[in-house]
Amino acid sequence: MGQPQDPRGNLVRPYAVTRGRTEPRRDIPIEAVLVASQAAVQEARFAGHDKYRIAILCEAKAQSLAELSAHTRLPLGVARVLVADMVADGLLSLHSAAPKKGFTERMDLLERVLSGLRKL
Amino acid sequence: MDFASSERAGAQPREITSAKIVIAGGFGVGKTTLVGAVSEIEPLTTEALMTSAGQGVDDASKVPGKETTTVAMDFGRITMADDLILYLFGTPGQTRFWFMWDELIRGAVGAAVLVDTRRIADAFAPLDYFENRHLPYIVALNCFDGAPRYEPDEVREALAIPSHVPMVLCDARHRESVKQVLVHVVEHAMATLVAEQSGGYPAVVG
Ligand SMILES: Nc1nc2c(ncn2[C@@H]2O[C@H](COP(=O)(O)OP(=O)(O)OP(=O)(O)O)[C@@H](O)[C@H]2O)c(=O)[nH]1
Ligand SMILES: [Mg+2]
Repeated sequence: MGQPQDPRGNLVRPYAVTRGRTEPRRDIPIEAVLVASQAAVQEARFAGHDKYRIAILCEAKAQSLAELSAHTRLPLGVARVLVADMVADGLLSLHSAAPKKGFTERMDLLERVLSGLRKL
Repeated sequence: MDFASSERAGAQPREITSAKIVIAGGFGVGKTTLVGAVSEIEPLTTEALMTSAGQGVDDASKVPGKETTTVAMDFGRITMADDLILYLFGTPGQTRFWFMWDELIRGAVGAAVLVDTRRIADAFAPLDYFENRHLPYIVALNCFDGAPRYEPDEVREALAIPSHVPMVLCDARHRESVKQVLVHVVEHAMATLVAEQSGGYPAVVG
């Protein structure tokens, strides 16, 4: 699967950077934020061009999977596979998206977002 | 995340939480304009690959031969604190990409459905979509220049918007106006959460 000469052509090319894998190792929400340390950037030098770029972006500024996809111009699904690998390999730390459970946790977040908006 | 990997990744002492609000609506209703009016960055675009049938590419790989197409989504960012980021995601204009809408609303705080009052019928599909999802949403009437000024109640009736769904007027180009739309979304999400908690129906807000 996923050879460059695959008749599916178009579909396959973007996934060449993931060696044809389309399933991420873990599901990462598009708004989940990723951070890389300086040491992780050094390590990512040897992880391939795209992973290295992602590490550099995440060291400069905490950013979401969506931002990484936009800045690297990799399709979302491709960026998700790479980012999931990097999290598993300890090159990126994954920060949580909004809590989905628990009245207090959800209410606290909504209150913080509301006051953030009012301060804009 | 296991201890070893978080240490190597240099996990910051503080966990960063991100929240998202979805800006939905038909083609050309002003979604990107609205996002751009409050975002701290120029709206960015991320692309997803899908089959022309509107399925995600994970499925496309299992149905070789199906044509694929890219779906673009615009989004913006508001950094509220060191440990809190709000993202605003605009839905793809074409409502046939439901797959992408499902991904966008997953875990969202809430949504605003933008309506262009010159083309009210375009709002049916997005409104239908939200009526069948468990996500608090409001309706924002984008006041284009020269658009007929309907009373919100007229639009509510024309589009059969349930009474518990708040409606606001807005100008997607203006930061203050967009701020108010987002404030309404979050207030409605809070009211819905409280109502769920006490087992009642969602309260009307605004
Ligand atoms: N007068 C007026 N013009 C607006 C307003 N909002 C958007 N526009 C204009 O309407 C056009 C479409 O706006 P967009 O923000 O691109 O709409 P969109 O919903 O992102 O469009 P698609 O992504 O193509 O579905 C642009 O030319 C905007 O400048 C508004 O509140 N008032
Ligand atoms: Mg747009």
